Amino acid sequence: MTNTTLQTETKQQLHGYFLRLADSSLTMGQRLAEWCGHGPYLEEDVALTNVALDTIGHAQMFYQLAADLATNDQNPDDLAFLRDAHDYRNPLITELPRGDFAFTTLKQYFIDVFNLNLYAALSQSAYQPLALAAKKARMEVKYHEDRSEAWIRRLALSTPEAKERLQKALDDLWFYTPELFEMDAGMNALLSAQLVPDYADIEASWRQTVEAKLSECKLNLPESGWVATGGLQGEHSEHLGYLLAEMQFLPRAYPGSEW
Amino acid sequence: MSQAVTTEQVRHWLEAVKDPEIPVISIADLGILQGVRVDDGEVEVDIIPTYSGCPAMYVIQQDIKSVLAKHDIESVRIQLLNDPIWTTDMISEAGRAAMSAYGIAPPQKAGEKDIACPQCGSVDTRLISQFGSTACKAMYRCESCLEPFDYFKCHA
Repeated sequence: MTNTTLQTETKQQLHGYFLRLADSSLTMGQRLAEWCGHGPYLEEDVALTNVALDTIGHAQMFYQLAADLATNDQNPDDLAFLRDAHDYRNPLITELPRGDFAFTTLKQYFIDVFNLNLYAALSQSAYQPLALAAKKARMEVKYHEDRSEAWIRRLALSTPEAKERLQKALDDLWFYTPELFEMDAGMNALLSAQLVPDYADIEASWRQTVEAKLSECKLNLPESGWVATGGLQGEHSEHLGYLLAEMQFLPRAYPGSEW
Repeated sequence: MSQAVTTEQVRHWLEAVKDPEIPVISIADLGILQGVRVDDGEVEVDIIPTYSGCPAMYVIQQDIKSVLAKHDIESVRIQLLNDPIWTTDMISEAGRAAMSAYGIAPPQKAGEKDIACPQCGSVDTRLISQFGSTACKAMYRCESCLEPFDYFKCHA
């Protein structure tokens, strides 16, 4: 299936879905890029910013897919830099402030396992441009997951302080994860057309992998907490506004500038 | 532009366009140069991106234009294709040899287990970090000659 064979309604639904993928990658990438110059040591600083670069690259691919389906003239830069917080469709977990290294790493691990499963499933999408983008992104996410998984084990088996910070990160992050698997009416329609996978399947494999890892690391799942939601509807935490203010300042203050 | 220009000639000229981050390997040997068409005074060049966020793609497009401009070809259209997906299996044997001579261990082929040190050839090497000076490289150390080196990661 290609761009020209889609019905108008499907195009709109896919456009919204691509924004969700792109916004999630862009906010993840932006938070990772904040580590530039702040990594615990040089190799890690380089690794964090490399993962940021790949992730922002994925955002660019998904914004391009969205722009290709738009009825008006859109380009990836405008979608990234000229939309406000209430237009963003990322889940709240990706906009959270970067926190300490344990928090960043555990969040990265959750998202890496999610993306590995999601992009593998999207590689089978009936919409060929999406299948190709997902296949390419997955090649890079494999390296991200290698790294974040190794770090989780390392921190968990390390000093009491490292373990304490990791447990604290888990307590703070755990109830942000269910939102990753939410679907809305548009996504359900895309699922029926075999354009996107069932997120319930993604959730099942994610839980299996992640819960086994957390148990191996002797970390305890928190019992209760506020379950995050709202990102799909454009209802965000205050953190996204600050993130966008910093990220969008230059193109908004100097429209059309190039360097 | 004279009528005599052929696609073979354009491909030959484009040999001068190197990866800006590994300046010994041409875009043809890297596998990112795909179609070349010469039509009615206009040259069309298809390339495919390597890593999603690789900033070298912009430089490569500029370099293609400036190399062709030296041969009085001003009308150049560059298309960035998403299909096929670039993999490290597309790097030619010449490209792998040039990479190795430059001090970068070339990517493993399917089934290969060892990563040999580009300095001394020893396979007693150890990963330092999956991420290096560019998106496509990892950092390794040779346990025989003790030199650190870059490894061009598999992308497949």
